[in-house]
Amino acid sequence: MRTARMIHRAKSSHLGSAYSMADLLAVLYGRILRIDPKQPEAAERDRFVLSKGHACAALYAVLAERGFFPKDWLEDFYQDGARLAGHATHVGVPGVEVSTGSLGHGLPIACGMALAGKRDGCGYRVFVMLSDGECDEGSTWEAALFAGHHQMDNLIAIVDYNKIQSLGTVKEVLDLEPLAEKWRAFGWSTREIDGHDLAQIEETLTSVPAESNKPTCVVAHTVKGKGVSFMENKLLWHYRAPDQEEMTKALAELGVEQ
Amino acid sequence: MRGAFFRALLELAEQDERVHLVVGDLGFGVVEEFARRFPKRFLNAGVAEQNMTGIAAGLALSGKIVFTYSIANFPILRCLEQVRNDVCYHNANVKIVAVGGGLAYGSLGATHHATEDLAILRSLPRMVVVAPGDPVETDAATRAVTTHAGPCYLRLGRAGEARVHTGGIDFQLGKAIQVRDGKDLTLVSTGGMLETAVKVAGTLHRAGLQTRLLSMHTVKPLDSDSILAAARETGAVFTLEEHSVVGGLGGAVAELLAEAGEGVVVFKRFGLPSTFSSVVGTQEYLRAQHGLSVESLEAVIRSTLEKNRALAATSRS
Repeated sequence: MRTARMIHRAKSSHLGSAYSMADLLAVLYGRILRIDPKQPEAAERDRFVLSKGHACAALYAVLAERGFFPKDWLEDFYQDGARLAGHATHVGVPGVEVSTGSLGHGLPIACGMALAGKRDGCGYRVFVMLSDGECDEGSTWEAALFAGHHQMDNLIAIVDYNKIQSLGTVKEVLDLEPLAEKWRAFGWSTREIDGHDLAQIEETLTSVPAESNKPTCVVAHTVKGKGVSFMENKLLWHYRAPDQEEMTKALAELGVEQ
Repeated sequence: MRGAFFRALLELAEQDERVHLVVGDLGFGVVEEFARRFPKRFLNAGVAEQNMTGIAAGLALSGKIVFTYSIANFPILRCLEQVRNDVCYHNANVKIVAVGGGLAYGSLGATHHATEDLAILRSLPRMVVVAPGDPVETDAATRAVTTHAGPCYLRLGRAGEARVHTGGIDFQLGKAIQVRDGKDLTLVSTGGMLETAVKVAGTLHRAGLQTRLLSMHTVKPLDSDSILAAARETGAVFTLEEHSVVGGLGGAVAELLAEAGEGVVVFKRFGLPSTFSSVVGTQEYLRAQHGLSVESLEAVIRSTLEKNRALAATSRS
């Protein structure tokens, strides 16, 4: 809801990408991540890397909800002089571990963080949210190969598999299937879930690593623009910001009183 | 330079347990001792430089001082966006080390010529760009980049360069070393051209041209004070680098002089043209092909100065 308002106000984009991972983020930040908003840089904290940085509006909303920074920071998201930029930015924003926006950067950085944790004997886990589109990037698979080889069982990759990328469906642009099998072949313990089934998400992310001595990949089947009927599975909502009428309709569907 | 780098790195790793070395499956015969002595701080990331650089950033964001190591353009251009976003934007404490700067891998061909690296890395915010001139400077530079908190690029030549500095040196990032003083012209050298520069300065000196020689081991931040003093005091500045004349040391000095308003200064860049080498050959051969031999440099410096004197005489008359 906050995300929609942010994007509406800012006339920015990527609402569909934010909504497809919103349920995953809600479970991560509500139940899974061992984090303390009062100590965002505590050495033992779990790390969350949003590799699909274009969907940052949802991350900012959930961080504000958890109290990492005041909710009024959301109000001028993406606007001139604002604190929050249109791609995930760590500068001056507590809780954002890594700045992203160019695809294929998150998993390698997360590998470095996970490796440091292992070598230092720290118990933290590193979670990374990937888009399906960035599974086109070679760097993602360089890191996948690395993490499997090095048995990084403190690393969890979640692929927000909404099956729509920038110019079309994943199937049309560069088919990833069989996606789960690819991760498995790279040495990852892989599970496929419904990325909007809160109980299934929680059950899956609670029981990581799914196998010892292996990184975990959760292929989450999701719906782009989930929750708003006229946005669901529509490429248009990778780009479009809702106008006033669309906002009213969307918020009604999301069950928000205006 | 390679030997001097590894000797210094081993010492630094002994003293500071934050020091890590991440290599891109290169360094046969030189990385093994580090791997043996510090196995938990060594990593071969494989032939995957984008991931290598992302991992280095992740390690650095977890409190480590991380050296990435490969040859020629592999640790910088192959993964340039990782260098820009993951390392520089996050101010990650990563030191990128490239062996084979310039034409060191001459005969291996243009893919292995690192001849635009200084220009490209100089343009990245926060990046400190260092190209030491001999093994003594390499030792000092390795220690200096380790102490500096933030991204650094260390461009090394190859193994076996001559030692130019015979005594100790006062090495500070961003501060040129004056190798000799002179009043008639200044030669500013970066990286492995230093040995050549010393010979050129010596030859010019014997011919009656007192040459100031600056070893500009740090290309960014540039020691503008030394350059401007040289322009004022000697009236002629020549830059020398085994790098494209576009955007490297010569470019940086040209920008500085053009904006400084120090009056008319004779200025010339010695370097490589912005082309791919069309001939096959060793470093020495290719340098000579591109006018970077002692004889050629000396001749061009003399003719440039003479032409300028003639012009000055004409304008006075």
